[in-house]
Amino acid sequence: MRINFRLNGETITTEIEDSMRALDLLREDLGLTGTKEGCGEGECGACTIIVDGNAVNSCLMLAAELDGTSVETIEGLTGSDGKMHPVQRSFIDKGAVQCGFCIPGMIMSAKSLLDKNDSPSKEEIEAALEGNLCRCTGYVRIIEAVEDAASIIREDRK
Amino acid sequence: MTPLAEEKIREFNVVKKNTDKVDGKALVSGKPVYTDDFDARDELQVKLVRSPHAHATIKSIDASEALKIPGVVAVLTSDDLPRVCFTRAGQGYPEPSPYDTFVLDRRVRYVGEPVAIVAAETEKAATAAVKAVKVEYELLKAVLSMDDAMKPSAPTIHPEEEASGIFDAERNIAAHFEMEIGETEKILKDCDVTISRTYHANTQLHAMLEPHVSRSYLDPNNRLVIVSSTQVPFHARRILSRIFNIPISSIRVIKPRIGGGFGGKQALHTEQYVAAVTLATRRPARLIFTREEVSMATNIRHEMQYEVKIGASKDGKIRAISMDGVSNTGAYGEHALTTLMVSGSKTLPLYNKVEAVRFSGNVVYTNLPPAGAFRGYGAPQGLFALDCIVDELATELGLDPLTVKEMNSIREGESSPIFKLMGEGREGVEQIVRSCKLQECIDRGKELIGWEKRSKGMLPDSRRAKGYGCAIAMQGSGIAKIDMGAATIKMNEDGSFNLLIGATDIGTGSDTALAQIAAEVLHVTVDKIIVYSSDTDFTPFDTGAYASSTTYVSGNAVKAAAEKVRMQILQGASEILEEPLPNLELTLAEVHSKETGKTISYSDICTQLFYTFNQRQIGATGSFVGEESPIPFMATFAEVEVDMETGQIDLKKLVSVADCGTPINPVQALGQLEGGTMQGIGWALFENVMYSQTGRMLTTDFFTYKVPTRMDYGELICELAESYEPTGPYGAKSIAEIGIDSPIPAIANALYDATGIRLREAPFKSEKLLFEILSREV
Repeated sequence: MRINFRLNGETITTEIEDSMRALDLLREDLGLTGTKEGCGEGECGACTIIVDGNAVNSCLMLAAELDGTSVETIEGLTGSDGKMHPVQRSFIDKGAVQCGFCIPGMIMSAKSLLDKNDSPSKEEIEAALEGNLCRCTGYVRIIEAVEDAASIIREDRK
Repeated sequence: MTPLAEEKIREFNVVKKNTDKVDGKALVSGKPVYTDDFDARDELQVKLVRSPHAHATIKSIDASEALKIPGVVAVLTSDDLPRVCFTRAGQGYPEPSPYDTFVLDRRVRYVGEPVAIVAAETEKAATAAVKAVKVEYELLKAVLSMDDAMKPSAPTIHPEEEASGIFDAERNIAAHFEMEIGETEKILKDCDVTISRTYHANTQLHAMLEPHVSRSYLDPNNRLVIVSSTQVPFHARRILSRIFNIPISSIRVIKPRIGGGFGGKQALHTEQYVAAVTLATRRPARLIFTREEVSMATNIRHEMQYEVKIGASKDGKIRAISMDGVSNTGAYGEHALTTLMVSGSKTLPLYNKVEAVRFSGNVVYTNLPPAGAFRGYGAPQGLFALDCIVDELATELGLDPLTVKEMNSIREGESSPIFKLMGEGREGVEQIVRSCKLQECIDRGKELIGWEKRSKGMLPDSRRAKGYGCAIAMQGSGIAKIDMGAATIKMNEDGSFNLLIGATDIGTGSDTALAQIAAEVLHVTVDKIIVYSSDTDFTPFDTGAYASSTTYVSGNAVKAAAEKVRMQILQGASEILEEPLPNLELTLAEVHSKETGKTISYSDICTQLFYTFNQRQIGATGSFVGEESPIPFMATFAEVEVDMETGQIDLKKLVSVADCGTPINPVQALGQLEGGTMQGIGWALFENVMYSQTGRMLTTDFFTYKVPTRMDYGELICELAESYEPTGPYGAKSIAEIGIDSPIPAIANALYDATGIRLREAPFKSEKLLFEILSREV
C-alpha cells in the first residue's frame, strides 16, 4: 500500500507492505538507523519516535498507521545548521550517555514531554521516561539532563 | 618502591576534567555507529534452529523442506562444520576455561542451544526455514539444579572425548579450586564466637539494550571480515582462527560502537555462525539475536551458593574465615574457574587481619543456559556471603556491624597473602595496597546516609519498619601479568594525533578517558586526539574490555605511547630550532625554548618533518601489562522500609562512595559507579530468572524480567573518595565493576535491621519476606 506522512518536516510518499512495522520502514526502507530496536516488544523504549506529538514505540506500530501523521525521529532533532536540540546538548553536558543505545529513544520521550510541558517536575520526568529502559546509567544523569534541557528551553523562550 | 603519595593528588590540564564524550554528539544524534546500523550488499540473513530440550542427542536433521522455501540459501548442521572443541570465553591465551564447546554439536545441553544454522535472502525466509527444519531428538535425563549436578544419579553432561580442561567431567565438575592459609578449622574452634551460615545468589541477565549482532564478509583478497558487537575483538579473531583453521592473518575483526556489554559480549555468541555461513556461501551474512535469544541463549551470571564459617574474639576481632562454595556454570564452562576464584580473591583480602582463611569450591555443569562473564565476575556473589556473615557475627557479638567491618578491614600500606595465592585461573601476584581510602569512603557514606542519627524500628503508621545496612567492597584493575593493552599514536601535520587502541569502549567512555590521558601527556586539548578503537587490522593488540582493566592497563599503554611521541616532538623541535633538548619544554600544542624564547607549533614541526626537513613520521606504540592489580574500594549504605503486612520492600536511599584513584573523567567515573549500583539494586530486588520444569527460561523479555526504571528505587547517591594510585595512569585505578558488588549485602543487612529477618537468598522477593514475617508471627 501507499502511505503519505511528514517525516522530520519533509513529505514522504512510499509503498509499503501491509504488515511492515513503522520501525522497519524507518530503519530498512528509509535508512534512518538512529531509531533502535532493543526488544521488539514495546518494553524497552529504544525505538521511541514522536507521532503527532506523542512518544510511541515504533516496534509496536504498523507503518500503515503513519499515513497522514507527522513523525519526528532522532535524525530530525539536529538543525540543518548542525545545532543540536537542547535535550541533545544537555545529555552530553550532563554525562547522561554511556553506551548510547537507549539514548535516541530516551531523547525522543524527553522531547515529547518538553514540547508539552517545559516546566516538568522531577516526578513528571521520571514518569515520562518510565517506558525507556537504560541498563548503563542508573538514570541519575538522564533525569538531570532533562531538567537542564527544560531550563534552557524556558530561557530560550523568554 | 613507589611511594604512597597522597601529595601527588593534583590538578591536571585535561585529566580529572569532565570532558565531553568523544563520540557524544554522534550518539545523541542517532548517527549510524552500531553493528546493525550498517548494511552490506547481497547480505544473507542468518537465523539459528534451537533446541526445545534441555538435554538430548540429535538423531537426525532434515532440512529438505526448509531448503524448498524461496530465498533459503543454506542450512548448516554439525556435519557441515569442523569438529573443533573450543571455549567461547574471550580470555587471555591459553584460556583458563575448559574447551567443551563446538560451533554445533550432536548433543544439546540446554533449551535454546543452536542445532542448525539457516541462511536466506530475507529474514522472513530465514524465519520460515527455521520452523521447517525437522530435528529428531533422543531425550536424555537433564540436570536442572546445581544441587543435583554432582549426585551419582546425575547424567554426565560433557562425555565428549575431544573436551579438555574439564576438572572432572564424569561428576559434572567443570572447575575446582581450594586454598588455605593457616589452620582454619583449629582457629575457628578456638574462637570466642563462631557462626556458620549459607548464602545463595541466584543468576542475573546482562540485559544490555543492544542485542548480540555480527556481520561477516570476504574482502577483495578473500580475507574473512567480521563486524561484531564484541568486547574482545582480538580474542574473537584468535578463537575464529582455531575453529575454522584459517590463519589469524586471514581474519579481521572490527568492533564498531557497542550498545552495552557488562561481560555479556565477552564471548563468541554470533561470530562463529556468520563466519560459517560466509565461508560456506562466500557471501556476506548478518545475524542479530532477538531479545529472547539474548536472554536464554548467550551467557548469564554464575549462580553461587556459599557456606561460610567465621570466628572472632569477644571484642570483634575476626580470627578465621572459611568459605565453601558451589557455582552453576550451566551447559558450558565459560569463565567457570575464574569467576569462582574471583568470588574469593576479590572479597577475602578485605579482612586481611585473620589468622587463618580457607576458600574452596566446585563449579558444576547443569542443563541450564551457560553462565559467563558478568560485571563483578563472582565478586558480588562472594561478597553477599562474606559481608552478611560479618554483619551476622557482629549481631551475635552485640557489636555494631560497621564497627566490626572497620576494625578488621584492610588499609593503605597493608597486604594479604591471598593476592599471591589466588589469581585468575592461576597464581596471583604479591602486592601491597598502595592506595586505599576505604575509611574515607565509610566516613563519607555515613554522613550521606545519616548513619549516626539513624532511627530504626516501626514508623508512626505502625505498619512499615525502617532499617539501615552497610557493606564494604573491593575489586581489581585488570588481571596482573596477564592482561596486556597497547596503543599507537601518530602525529598529523595540523598538530592532531590519531590514537589507535585495541581497547574496546562498550559504553564505559574509555575512548574519551584514553584520549584525555594522551592529551595530558602531549599538552593538547582533547579535540586534537582522534580515537579509533578497535579493529584487529589497524589497532594494536588489547585483551579487551573486561576485568576492570581499560583505564588502568590500556590507560598506562596510552601514556607510554604518548610519552614516546612527546620525546619525538621535542627531538624534532630541537633539530628545527637548533636548540639542545634540555632547553625545550612543551606548552599548549607548542614547543618552547626556556633559553632563547623561540617557539614552534606542533603543526609547524610536523609539517616540516613531513614535507621539507629531516623527513619522517612522528609516531609510537606503547604497551602495558600490570605487575599488580590495584584495588578500588567502596562503602555502601542502604536505607529500607518494609511494609510488614505485605512484605513490600521500599529502597528509600542507597549511598555508594568509591575510591578509584584519580577519576580520569569524573562524571564518567560516577556514571560507571551509578550504573553498576543500579544493576546491583536490580539484582537485589527485582531481577528474578525463572525456568519451567523442563529447564526453559521463562523470563526472556523485559515484561517478565524486571530491569529497574527510575521509578523503582529511591534516592541514589554516588560519590568518589579520591586517592592516588602510584602505578596507575595519573593515579587512576578502576571503577567499572565495583558498584555492583555491594547493593545485595547492604540491602540484606538493612532488611535485617528493619525486620529482624535475615534473608540469605538473593534476589530478595517481597513474597519471600512476607512468608518469613508470617512464619515468625505464628
